[in-house]
Amino acid sequence: MHNHTTVSLNKLKSGKEEAAGRRRELTNIGLLLKGFILPVMILVLWELTGVLGIISETLLPRPSIIFFTFIDLLTTGNLADHFQISLLRALGGFLLGGTLGLLAGLAVGFNKNVEDTLDPTLQMLRTIPTLAVIPLFILWFGFGELSKILLIAKGAFFPLYVNTFLGIRGVDSRLFSVAKVLEFNRWKQITLLILPAALPNILLGLRLSLGVAWLALVAAELMGSSQGVGYLIMDARQFSQTSVVFVGIIIFAVFGKLSDSFVRVFERKLLKWQDNFQG
Amino acid sequence: MTLLELNHLTKTFSKGREKVHVLKDISLNVKRGEFLTIIGPSGCGKSTLLKAIAGLDTDYEGDIRLDGEIITSASVHQGFIFQEPRLFPWLTVEKNIAANLSLKDEKVQAEVKKLIKLVRLEGFERAYPKELSGGMAQRVAIARALLRKPKILLLDEPFGALDAFTRSHMQEALLDIWKEEKTTMVFVTHDIDEAVYLGNKVMIMSSRPGTIQKAVTIDLPFPRKKTTKLFQDYRQKVMGEFEKVEELELVNSAGI
Repeated sequence: MHNHTTVSLNKLKSGKEEAAGRRRELTNIGLLLKGFILPVMILVLWELTGVLGIISETLLPRPSIIFFTFIDLLTTGNLADHFQISLLRALGGFLLGGTLGLLAGLAVGFNKNVEDTLDPTLQMLRTIPTLAVIPLFILWFGFGELSKILLIAKGAFFPLYVNTFLGIRGVDSRLFSVAKVLEFNRWKQITLLILPAALPNILLGLRLSLGVAWLALVAAELMGSSQGVGYLIMDARQFSQTSVVFVGIIIFAVFGKLSDSFVRVFERKLLKWQDNFQG
Repeated sequence: MTLLELNHLTKTFSKGREKVHVLKDISLNVKRGEFLTIIGPSGCGKSTLLKAIAGLDTDYEGDIRLDGEIITSASVHQGFIFQEPRLFPWLTVEKNIAANLSLKDEKVQAEVKKLIKLVRLEGFERAYPKELSGGMAQRVAIARALLRKPKILLLDEPFGALDAFTRSHMQEALLDIWKEEKTTMVFVTHDIDEAVYLGNKVMIMSSRPGTIQKAVTIDLPFPRKKTTKLFQDYRQKVMGEFEKVEELELVNSAGI
């Protein structure tokens, strides 16, 4: 009798849990749908205005036309190649600039002497807009890949540099006295205290650097190139192929967002110890 | 058998042209295995005194000897418990306790396990500090200090931020640890009950300049009960001394 009740109780419990799970799934789907309401409405409205001929096709091609252009570029054009070139440029520039930025940030953060000699110069260089140095980079390095990668690297350098520096200097000084009492050596002080404490800032720097790398990529490709998504946009503009311009823009948007999400996944994994306001 | 020895410890700092005595001519001895509590009004320099013993502050006159050797810097021999737990938020409980020692070392691992049991945190080995209550976090800090087998454990108002119930639990836990590990303790507090309940000896400090006003030996066996007549008598005695200090301070600050 007793056994029977527990069994049915368990059944009841698991049944309840299942129902709760299903409800949770439903609310998740509901939330997702909620997010889609506005974009879908805009797309429908956009398509309709095009069909009704309210807005000129050359200024604002319909979503369906953009989609078919995309398919067309993918199958008959060589969108994949252009995209690969762009991706390699962005990645190369980002890796070069980001690595140097991280290293410089670490060096300046750890050593006051290095800070005093290096930081003022770097801060001055930081204020120069990336777009302003394009002519110089072309004069120095030509129209080839080098000037493009260096331009992206220049953009990606500073967010990582500034945030790494900030992160290292923002370590709670009270934890340093703990490290003193526990007799941490310099190595343990860096690996157990300074780097983990600076990690939130370093990851933020990484995200910002990635964003800037995409931005600089577009600038670099617009300044003159014969390949890449940026070139595709420039080329299409000359022939008023607005739908191709849209395809390029959407590709930049999607991959910018994807790369950002990629870092955020890392962030969530590495910073699960953080005790912050979750919204 | 003296473990800790302070000889004519004086600390001043200059405020404009004036020299202010934070600590003035403090001499004291702590025996091995003793539980010394220090009370005093806020600002009397009791925390400064503790930091000097820890070696975190070496800017003073006079000398401090631990086991006959002059203290020149902070070390694991003088374990220190701060007012706040000061755990590393990115490390789990067991890694916080091990800190710079490797958990891969079997000896360390066994010690950590033992200490987690001692401070009653079984089941929380892999929890992060954000998941702990204030009392639990402070127990992790105590375990972290004990793992280094300190000759003396210095505690700077460690339970000051806890609520009354947790505090009294923590006092019990600390006494258990003291009984088990026989670590010499120097415990700074501003709570008279706490000082009398924990200490073999209560030292009363006065402020400006910070000096030792009086030392009262509490000759009561452990475990103590706060409600007994004897406990209350000692409490009264310490309270009386403390009031004298406060009166003195009122007179001083009034400039009479």
